[in-house]
Amino acid sequence: METGVPLGGYLAVGLMMFIVGVIGVVIRRNPIVIFMCIELMLNAVNLTLLAFAKYGPVNQGADPTQTAMAGQMMVIFVMAVAAAEVAVGLGIIMAIYRLRHNIDVDEMSVLRG
Amino acid sequence: MDWLKDVGPWLTDHKAAAALIRVLIFVVPILILVPGLIWWERRLLSWMQDRIGPNRVATITLKNGKKIRLFGLLQTLADGLKLVFKEDITPTAVDRLIYFMAPALALFPAFAIGATLPWGPQTGTYALLTPVADVEIGVLYVMAISSLGVYGIVLAGYASNNKYSLMGGLRSSAQLISYELAMGMSLASVVLATGSLKMTEMVKFQEGPLWGVVPFMQNWFILTPFGFIAAVIFAICVVAETNRTPFDLPEAENELIAGYHTEYSSMKFAVFFMGEYAAMFVFSGVFATVFLGGYNILPFTGLYALSTAPLVAPMVFLGKCAFGITVFIWMRATLPRLRYDQLMSLGWRTLLPLAVANFIGVGIWVLGSNKDGQVNPMAGMAAWFVAFAIFFGLYVAIKNVGKERLGTALDKRTIDLVSGDPAEAILFAVEPKELVEA
Amino acid sequence: MMPEWVDGRTIMFAMLAGLAGATAIGVVAFGNAVRSALCLVLNFFTLALLYFTLDAEMLGVTQVIVYTGAIMVLFLFVIMLLNLGSPAALEEKPDYIKKALGFIFGGALFGVVASQVVLPFVETRQAFAPERYGAPQGMGKALFTTYVWPFEMASILLVIGIVGSILLAKRKV
Repeated sequence: METGVPLGGYLAVGLMMFIVGVIGVVIRRNPIVIFMCIELMLNAVNLTLLAFAKYGPVNQGADPTQTAMAGQMMVIFVMAVAAAEVAVGLGIIMAIYRLRHNIDVDEMSVLRG
Repeated sequence: MDWLKDVGPWLTDHKAAAALIRVLIFVVPILILVPGLIWWERRLLSWMQDRIGPNRVATITLKNGKKIRLFGLLQTLADGLKLVFKEDITPTAVDRLIYFMAPALALFPAFAIGATLPWGPQTGTYALLTPVADVEIGVLYVMAISSLGVYGIVLAGYASNNKYSLMGGLRSSAQLISYELAMGMSLASVVLATGSLKMTEMVKFQEGPLWGVVPFMQNWFILTPFGFIAAVIFAICVVAETNRTPFDLPEAENELIAGYHTEYSSMKFAVFFMGEYAAMFVFSGVFATVFLGGYNILPFTGLYALSTAPLVAPMVFLGKCAFGITVFIWMRATLPRLRYDQLMSLGWRTLLPLAVANFIGVGIWVLGSNKDGQVNPMAGMAAWFVAFAIFFGLYVAIKNVGKERLGTALDKRTIDLVSGDPAEAILFAVEPKELVEA
Repeated sequence: MMPEWVDGRTIMFAMLAGLAGATAIGVVAFGNAVRSALCLVLNFFTLALLYFTLDAEMLGVTQVIVYTGAIMVLFLFVIMLLNLGSPAALEEKPDYIKKALGFIFGGALFGVVASQVVLPFVETRQAFAPERYGAPQGMGKALFTTYVWPFEMASILLVIGIVGSILLAKRKV
């Protein structure tokens, strides 16, 4: 039997984090916590991408260096998108709070100020 | 020095023990030196302010009635003992878990930053003892761990359940995020010149000939034009990161009654204090490694053999750290605290554009001088000056574009104490409400 | 006697994985937003360590700089600002229908993904990536050659993000 951590282990951690994030988005009403759950999901996917970058089976004829690099590049771009998303998202939350002094997501049911 | 020769093979065989020894050799001296640092700060400040300062503790009275004064060296020990035996008050309204966690979180990054600093040449026994971990990502590691330093302060401010503490925490988080950018850019320009993120590679690069042409001098980054600008930016950012005067807004005594550590007493307060001094020490070490040639005594190639002699390198490194700390104390004695808007303006509108211009200039210098091993440093240097002049001109032009609309408040970074109108400075100061919502 | 696959690496992984899972649950379970944010900080830090176990050292350190060092500080900043305004703004009322639905659909998603994606790889232990594939030099080269267009797009996205957040934060445009 081979030693070391199996790919399934990393995938299981990623899946667990992703599911917790999904449940959090559904059951929580505080937009900041919902935001954090979205970040949790993004990071779960990042972990999965990196796990596949290292352990992922390579297609016939493909360069393993290129394949490993592709996974890491995806992670970098996910991080960039997440950073932009947080900057704008938290700005929106602050703007809503300034306007209505209440940030419960269930109360934000109208698409006007 | 025969025992040194036996130590080498033993350390190579016992990797875990070697790692532990490396950590202890780095952390224990800092722990021992922190009380000395506090004494040094108090004595030096007193001297600069024309006072005497603590000079009583550690006075030995001999049998014949003569007294030997050791400059009050043990004052900090007495202070420490006092803090240990003081009542440890936990206010009732605090968020207990976070309140207890915060001091520990403040102390951890201060020590962890130093893990990649080499305090000796990478030859012989030194290579086994330093740095704690010579990782490929050395500079990024410093950036990453120093960015964790904000949590201790922010959480202390939140957990204390005190308006002033919370204000201190908020100020601190905004300040650290702002100055981290310029710090990162200034380090990035040095990384670009070295071509490596490794701290040991950086020191090695600085042992080369100055500007690539002066054979008898070492290429310390502070002696190169881009390195000098990066060093100044980095030094300012380090002062902001360690919350020292003139950037000590998070703990401003007369505005926020000591800010984030208002509600902390006894040993927990002492831990915050220690974290600040340890951070000063380690950041001085980073500065020495990145800009001042690490463990080399003076930027002369002839002195390299002396620097690598046994026990000289660590002493030189410690000396450079002490020099950095002395500059910290000097600044505290000299400069008044900045206003909040001045702080933000300095970070975002001066340091960051300057660091970016410098970074682009270094890129042009590297392109001009280090092409495929064909070194033409003079062309590179000329290119650097031209590039920096262009970018600096652009920066000044952009800065002046919105001047009328922004008003003078943002640009006025100095309060003229003698001839200016002090009322103006107060008029343009940002109201507290805006600080909260900014 | 311990099975032969228990060694230093698996024990390390098990500890980190456990911490990551526990802190992820903490993010959702804690009612206090600051506690949630702290759990998330710890979770991201643990993830960085997991990246190190995958030899992706560059990304591990980027994770600490970007997430723990910048994004989470921003989160804490906003939470504390809102707390300062009115402590009631962040309190939540329980909603049992939502909770039940969330757990049912979350569980269903877990079952589907676990059976279809995770199970086939439980025994995969062979690393296909070359040694030191996560070193900064190689990543830099890839970022500025093969992936230069996505990289530029990401920088444009970030600029748009900066401009957008400044517009949102300004009171008068």
